[in-house]
Amino acid sequence: MSQKILSAIDPKLRVSVLSEDEIRRIHTATMDVLETIGVRFPSEKALNILEAHGAQVDRETMIAKIPGVIAEEHLSRAPSTYTLCGLEPDFDLPLDGSHSYLGTDGCGVEIIDAFTQEKRPSTKRDVSDVGRVADALPEIAFHWVPLSAQDCPVESRGLHELDAIWNVSGKHLQTESIVSEREMRFAVEMAALLAGGREALRRRPVLSIMQCTISPLCHDAGSLEAALVAAEAGLPVGFMTMASCASTGPATLAGNLVVGNVEVLSALVLLQMAYPGCPVYYAAAQTATDLRTGAYTGGGPADYLFGAATNLLADFYRLPLSMGAFATGAKQPDWQAGVDNSLSAFMAASTGADMLLGAGLLHGSRIFSYEELLMDSEIWNMLCATLRGIVVDDETLALEVIRQVGPGGHYLAHRHTLKHMRELWQPTLMDRRPYSVWEEKRDGAREWAREKAQKILREHPGRPLEDGLRSELMKIIALAEQLS
Amino acid sequence: MDEILQKIISALDEGEDEQISLLVRQALAIGFEPMTILENALVPAMTRVGEKFACGEYFLPNLIVSAEAMKQAMFVLEPVMRQRQQMLKRAGVAVIGTVQGDIHEIGKTLVGTMLSVNGFEVHDLGVDVTPEKFVSAVAETGANLLGLSALLTTTMTVQRDVIQKLEDAGIREQVKVIVGGAPVTRAWADEIGADGYAEDAIGAVEIARRLLDVEGII
Ligand code: B1M
Repeated sequence: MSQKILSAIDPKLRVSVLSEDEIRRIHTATMDVLETIGVRFPSEKALNILEAHGAQVDRETMIAKIPGVIAEEHLSRAPSTYTLCGLEPDFDLPLDGSHSYLGTDGCGVEIIDAFTQEKRPSTKRDVSDVGRVADALPEIAFHWVPLSAQDCPVESRGLHELDAIWNVSGKHLQTESIVSEREMRFAVEMAALLAGGREALRRRPVLSIMQCTISPLCHDAGSLEAALVAAEAGLPVGFMTMASCASTGPATLAGNLVVGNVEVLSALVLLQMAYPGCPVYYAAAQTATDLRTGAYTGGGPADYLFGAATNLLADFYRLPLSMGAFATGAKQPDWQAGVDNSLSAFMAASTGADMLLGAGLLHGSRIFSYEELLMDSEIWNMLCATLRGIVVDDETLALEVIRQVGPGGHYLAHRHTLKHMRELWQPTLMDRRPYSVWEEKRDGAREWAREKAQKILREHPGRPLEDGLRSELMKIIALAEQLS
Repeated sequence: MDEILQKIISALDEGEDEQISLLVRQALAIGFEPMTILENALVPAMTRVGEKFACGEYFLPNLIVSAEAMKQAMFVLEPVMRQRQQMLKRAGVAVIGTVQGDIHEIGKTLVGTMLSVNGFEVHDLGVDVTPEKFVSAVAETGANLLGLSALLTTTMTVQRDVIQKLEDAGIREQVKVIVGGAPVTRAWADEIGADGYAEDAIGAVEIARRLLDVEGII
């Protein structure tokens, strides 16, 4: 992979929140629920596939009970490693178990304008602007469609969002806003056009798909059918549980993990039954319901623990994981956002989650902020350095250097310092200036983040597609609009 | 106060919905008037739960189990009251649901619970509800409040469709329409001609009461 993307590689630091025995117990409970309680699949298509492969299906309730052995057998067909591809190979992301990548958060509904600071509903132009900024940031490895293109027709909105990103960036793209079979067929067409055909797309999936489960223990028909279309085309597909303690999941964390696990595995089993060996991933963004308002905002210790625990589960099933991190109820890029996002990202990355989602959105994934995107990127940068850990060898022990400097004196002018100082992490948004300088300017991280974003927006043209491809993409969208 | 009323109060406080039905039946059997049970036990108990919630002692699940217990108690009381031709004063009759194409449920359910806690008769149509279904539910129940929840930018437009369908059916004047959900704003509510917008469930109750000129609960 190129140096253009900053990822956490083989973290030396490892957090372990569940013992092997505890993981087994969660697994056993999961198989029990899958087999005896079942999951609702409100789609005939899905039920037919499940039934044909040995699940016990009740057509009236649309609940499928999947025997544990059958589930395990089909899950074992899923590849445990594969690559998410960029339009440019430089941006390829091997999901090989040793890298963690950060993506932007997805599908916000409002944006704080980079120049006017006004908060307003998002447009296609915003999707493309955020795409350009994310393209320029080495910390951002892939895009989640960051915002909803609300100035585009409802029936093709998800396609316009893809178009907006592909026209400015060569990084891998993932979407969560295409939840119908019809729209997904056009999305696959668009991806195939850019990859150079259907077979090429299978080899180089430039698009991946995220769907949600509906906790507790349900799926959405549109999402399932859209996922089947994507899986057939060889696009990596993940299902994300958002089970929320005390409302859509049990109040207890272990029980919540079981509910989420059943939902995600049941969907992935379905995909493996339909298209054995298709690339899939585990996705999760569980949280605890705010007990006073019922809000689902993300953030807090439950999230941090889920971030680490879910990765152990995904590893147990040998599946790549996409973990919702960087989730916060903060309304501005502030202390709350900093605490939530640092800790959630740390816990997920220190267990080796393959994809981390969430940079840039505030207020429970609703409001996009450029300042937050830049700050989240700095957090990620810091974490990548932390997770690398401490290297201990002759060179780093520096015994000879210590001898030369001796008691007293300093290391400032030593060659060893010049050689290694750039390995020390350097901030771009942390304020370490003298007090008087701050007092005079009274600025800080937020202002610097905003300026940085404005500079990128002014100067970085993105990576526009050539005119031919651009108009072909628009033709597919136009067709989708005509046929709807 | 009588022991049985006291027991009803604590059953409501603790949200013991099975127990409360038994207790209310018992109270009726030993001669308590439905109105006495309502006014001396159920209403003050629910008010207290509401107060405890407001000051942070109780959490949402407390409120929800108590509201459920209230509902069970009313299932027992209402037929008796109807028999005796006693009228229950309701704050209003509300139809609520999440619009077609959208399966987000929790926010809508909370709005429903808060409305029912505050004396509304609530008909919750669930999620993914077509405009036609909303219109016929309003017509059938004679509702004076319609609550439309939408969490997706792609489904908020259905809120407008529902209002249009109410006009077409000639019953727009019968109901106040309130809207809410993640992408919904006051400006959107104004644009589509809704009567009210609320950012959360408590706000939904406030706006509903204001629109319908309601004072006090139940
Ligand atoms: C009648 O008058 C009123 C008055 C007030 C009203 C009201 C009506 N209705 C609500 N209110 C207000 O009062 C309530 C109580 O205080 C409040 O209700 P809320 O619902 O806001 O609050 C609840 C108490 C808690 N909040 C919630 O439950 C919603 C939280 C978020 C994170 C969320 C969740 C949890 C879920 N989701 Co969804 N989800 C998001 C949400 C982002 C967010 N923070 O809002 C949002 C809305 N989802 C989104 C998406 C994209 C999706 N989701 C989907 C699914 C789900 C889950 C099933 C996983 C789950 C819902 C579980 C359930 N059973 O309800 C999919 C939808 C499928 C479909 N056809 O509907 C899917 C399409 C994802 C997928 N690919 O499958 C995004 C929408 C983006 C857009 N383009 O519009 C989203 C903003 C998150 C994000 N950034 O991605 C107020 O809004």
